[in-house]
Amino acid sequence: MSDRKTNSELIEAGLARRYRAERRFKMYGIAATAVAMSFLVIVLVAIFVRGVGAFNQTQIAQVVFVDPELAKENDWQGMIKASLRETFPDVEDRKGKRLLYGLMSSGAGYDLQNMVQNDASLVGQKVQLWMPASDDVDMVMKGGVDRNQPESDRRISDQEFVWIDKLAADGMIELQFNTRFFTAGDSREPELAGIMGAAKGSFYTLVVCFLLSFPLGVMAAIYLEEFSPKNRWTDLIEVNINNLAAVPSIVFGLLGLAMFLNFFGLPRSASLVGGMVLALMTLPTIIIASRLALRSVPPSIREAALAVGASRLQTVLDHVLPLALPGMLTGAIIGMARALGETAPLLMIGMVAFIVDVPGNFTDPATALPVQIYLWADSPERAFTERTAAAIIVLLAFLIAMNVVAVILRKKFEQRW
Amino acid sequence: MALTISTEVSHSARQSDYSKSLSSKAAARKVNVYYGDKQALKDINIEIPECQVTALIGPSGCGKSTFLRCLNRMNDVIDGCRIEGEILLDGEDIYARGVDVVHLRARIGMVFQKPNPFPKSIYDNVAYGPKIHGIAKTRAEMDEIVFHSLEKVGLIDEVRDRMEAPGTSLSGGQQQRLCIARAIAVEPEVILMDEPCSALDPIATARIEELIDELKQNYTIVMVTHSMQQAARVSQKTAFFHMGELVEQGDTTDIFTKPQDERTLAYVTGRIG
Repeated sequence: MSDRKTNSELIEAGLARRYRAERRFKMYGIAATAVAMSFLVIVLVAIFVRGVGAFNQTQIAQVVFVDPELAKENDWQGMIKASLRETFPDVEDRKGKRLLYGLMSSGAGYDLQNMVQNDASLVGQKVQLWMPASDDVDMVMKGGVDRNQPESDRRISDQEFVWIDKLAADGMIELQFNTRFFTAGDSREPELAGIMGAAKGSFYTLVVCFLLSFPLGVMAAIYLEEFSPKNRWTDLIEVNINNLAAVPSIVFGLLGLAMFLNFFGLPRSASLVGGMVLALMTLPTIIIASRLALRSVPPSIREAALAVGASRLQTVLDHVLPLALPGMLTGAIIGMARALGETAPLLMIGMVAFIVDVPGNFTDPATALPVQIYLWADSPERAFTERTAAAIIVLLAFLIAMNVVAVILRKKFEQRW
Repeated sequence: MALTISTEVSHSARQSDYSKSLSSKAAARKVNVYYGDKQALKDINIEIPECQVTALIGPSGCGKSTFLRCLNRMNDVIDGCRIEGEILLDGEDIYARGVDVVHLRARIGMVFQKPNPFPKSIYDNVAYGPKIHGIAKTRAEMDEIVFHSLEKVGLIDEVRDRMEAPGTSLSGGQQQRLCIARAIAVEPEVILMDEPCSALDPIATARIEELIDELKQNYTIVMVTHSMQQAARVSQKTAFFHMGELVEQGDTTDIFTKPQDERTLAYVTGRIG
């Protein structure tokens, strides 16, 4: 008997091993979290470092004479060219002049035009204004061009460097906040391209998507969870909804193309159709999340309501739905966030088109943020690289804003019991 | 149909004034209940006297709660639950065609094992029943009903100053009294109680038992209880269930002092249970 250890001794002998296992487990957990977090940080930092440049744009100041003759012909770019010739009078040959004009963005004339149209008294006067430089000059100003490279390998010639340096010395060229990026639509010229068209397109698309999918999804979930009999048919429906949630999104795009565009004849590239397609895609997610939210409402609340003589509908509307709503909203926001990042179905209904105008309503041709990112990422100009990253930042800001709204709504509707 | 029922109600209400303890308020005739293939209750026949407390006792899983839930058709919402036989309320089968279950539940209130106030204010908890049935026309009438109901359950002094506080902020015993107030706010004829004290401490239990004793002057009460002492203290009639059968029923004193069946004897003396 004496050589056998007592229970207490056995427990004591094992304690160290048990605590070691626990510490080890904690370490694995911390390591896993750290890896996940570091990936997130790397992604965010990489995007931010690349994209932050796009929030500034090189502007060149020029004193422009608003020539009444040229104004009649609407040759605003011509006036700017004239002022450039004045700034650099020693340029004489055609080739040199073309190079000189290339410093300025081809959209600079529009800025001048807008200015004069707002104030007609400027005609015949000299005005000083800041105008966007071309994307190549912009790259130089942002330090993206190596002057030690042989001239033939650069997009900026030695001559242009001389001009840029002179402008810089005179304080006539500088980086300014890029308001155009937040107000303009897409453009072939990076310095003129803005995110507003895509952002508005995404916004309209999401509004349509939410208005269609949330009421439909919640109604379907309430019916299936609270009213429908449990039989083979409802089982079949449940299985199919789960399947639908896993269908690749491009299939919904094809469906939208065949149904909404070809059969119903709705406009191509419209955010209305985009929203409808994304609603199809989001619907199963919302139904599943809403059913889970309804299921998590304690049955005692239902019984309490039924026992005082509430009808089934009253029980659901007065008691179950208010408790389930925060969960439903969370599900809806998750679905919407997925819809916001979706590109493939929008390609099928023509939202990938190059659209310069900012959409003004639901049927205007529009594109969406992820599609815009895809389009810019595909463009050869170097300046589009930073705009791609900047567009991603805007997309992420959209997502964060949506999540904040979700948290606020959840807090507002949350009831304790 | 609704009209016929309501005349029946007022008729029986008048009758009850004359002959309170004599008439049987509710009764079961050959009731069988099945959950799927499993039979939960076998051939239950019982009389529930008006304005008295009837206690249903028996070991766990004997079917007493199932029977209680048959009385206001709460089992309707359970899938696969099937009921045979008749349950009479004032002589009418509540499972007959054309009986409206919403109307029935307004006549038969229920209090549950675990206090389950709505996650709303104390006032709204009590006001909910009268509101959905359209009993109170004005705010003043509603106030009257709410205050009167809370007064009856002895809660009014504790909550008078915080009617807008959530019902869930009350203590367990207070919550249960709130649930009773909610049930009596619609003036039911019968109140079903499913182990109303099992989640409460002894002091709160004593308070509820006192309340049940007062309520029986106006209401017919059927309560399920695990505690034989409680059944002995508050009930006038007792029914002993065992394995889905109603073994014995009668006056509470008889059941506890001279049970006829040996299973009842074994249970009340603590040998099975």
